Amino acid sequence: MSNDNNPFNILGSEKVPVAGGTAVNEKDTSLPLEERIKGLLSSSDVFLFMKGTPDMPMCGFSANVISILNAMNAKYQTFNILEDMDIRQGLKEYSNWPTYPQLYVKGKLIGGNDIIMEMYEDGELGAVLNS
Amino acid sequence: MVEFTTVENLIKSHLDDAIVKIHDLTGTADHLSILIISDAFQGKILIDQHQMIMDILKEKLGTNEIHAVQLKTLTKDKARAKGLLS
Repeated sequence: MSNDNNPFNILGSEKVPVAGGTAVNEKDTSLPLEERIKGLLSSSDVFLFMKGTPDMPMCGFSANVISILNAMNAKYQTFNILEDMDIRQGLKEYSNWPTYPQLYVKGKLIGGNDIIMEMYEDGELGAVLNS
Repeated sequence: MVEFTTVENLIKSHLDDAIVKIHDLTGTADHLSILIISDAFQGKILIDQHQMIMDILKEKLGTNEIHAVQLKTLTKDKARAKGLLS
């Protein structure tokens, strides 16, 4: 199916982008921070810590990663770090990565916007998402 | 504010085959775009390549001599494929 007329296909994907993301909430926020982070990461193979939600990203970089994941037809879950200062600060130390968004696959940090964009452009992202 | 040669030598002291190119993004010599070509990146995914460099630059970022960096890391093969290295 031709995708040339889809105004949402800003990345020129071959496939029709699908909104594959779901924002999650934690059941138990009383656990130690590291367990909370691991609990979130284990909820989905592809997990994005972002500002806002897939439907309403609150930062251009987060919006960009969402549009890439959708263009890749990925299924993923997200967490809105703007709603939780403990996770927002704690994850930076957990991952040794200072900025958001942060994309994880099977619990491993893959990158922020710059890295995800570069991997997408170089055709390397699909293999990582499906690993 | 930081001397670019200091940053270049710091990176090369850890990665001795590295080719380093630094650009000043804001004219204030503290927001840098750094291109690093080295075979030390071989077999590592991009995030691990970036984290290697961030670890090397940690002290300069910690003291705020460098405020922000934008990294581009490539192995020599990849740099050749992109026409950045002959």
